[in-house]
Amino acid sequence: MLIKENPYGGVAQFTTLDNILHFLRTNPVSKKVMDWGRTSSLWPMTFGLACCAIEMICTACSRYDLDRMGIIFRPSPRQSDVMVVAGTMTKKIAPTVKRLYDQMAEPRWVIAQGGCASAGGPYNTYAVVQGTERVIPVDVFIPGCPPRPDALVFGFLQLQEKIRKEQPEIFTQRGLAPVSHGEK
Amino acid sequence: MVKSSKELFIQRLRERFGTALLDAVGFRDELTCTVRKDSIVEVCRFVKEDPAFDMKFLSDILGVDYPDEVPRFEVIYHLLSITKRTRLRLKIRVEDGESVPTVTGVWKSANWHEREVYDMFGIVFTGHPNLKRIYLPDDWEGFPLRKDYPLRGYKDDYNPYGEEKE
Ligand code: SF4
Repeated sequence: MLIKENPYGGVAQFTTLDNILHFLRTNPVSKKVMDWGRTSSLWPMTFGLACCAIEMICTACSRYDLDRMGIIFRPSPRQSDVMVVAGTMTKKIAPTVKRLYDQMAEPRWVIAQGGCASAGGPYNTYAVVQGTERVIPVDVFIPGCPPRPDALVFGFLQLQEKIRKEQPEIFTQRGLAPVSHGEK
Repeated sequence: MVKSSKELFIQRLRERFGTALLDAVGFRDELTCTVRKDSIVEVCRFVKEDPAFDMKFLSDILGVDYPDEVPRFEVIYHLLSITKRTRLRLKIRVEDGESVPTVTGVWKSANWHEREVYDMFGIVFTGHPNLKRIYLPDDWEGFPLRKDYPLRGYKDDYNPYGEEKE
């Protein structure tokens, strides 16, 4: 039924990867489906560094309940999509943060939660990294000391918004131009 | 704490160590004794094992930097007697570059405390089983709690606000 009404040709179009990508790129539904999949199963890595981690834990627990948005904390960088840097990053932990980020599979995103993770916070001292961006790229900054759980939820919503507007990496890699679906 | 126990402490330390006890100050319930650096291990062992003191618990070891004084550093031992419910503070003065005998043979818990003092002030404890940095990374340069170390550290990739290193 679907194949009969398909304006892009017969079954043969699914024989090579480029054909499949072409289909996905030009089909108005497919990008929405992919975005829906990527935004509704953001799995953050369990990674608390200081006091902000308590708010992150609170956000994941029953009162604020991140699970209802498909955000489930994973204990391994290999299984996670987003790293929430929650707390003060010292120079001693910075190489480890970099390493964990490198171990995460693409596509990956980073949320810097709190003043410390965003810009060093109150600790302009010899031991503290002055902002997560000096170690790994950051997608969303959340101000506050600590930010309330609502703020972290808002940060996740901002990240989902950002993902929806992004071009999936594989299209960029294959040199396929971005396609507008009339949604901006 | 009974008033006389402080005097008793001072008296017993005087009897046992004589001139090695340089100074004893009592303020409120606190007794602070300054002792000679070489006799610190003996004093510690004595106050731990003597039944009048019974200082079985070492709460803390800390360092202080007085940059204008000679000797420059002070190492402070905070002791607690759980049975007698009394506290005692021992102090020694150390010059820059001098080393201090370790008290890990008296209290095992001194191990990490002494590493912390070494980490922050660079005071070396001779005879320590594992004297290396405890908080800072192993390749750290300098001792941050010394007064001549800049508060914001030295400028690097992680901290653009620090001071330039000469
Ligand atoms: S931003 Fe505030 S609450 Fe968060 S880690 Fe820093 S000091 Fe703690």
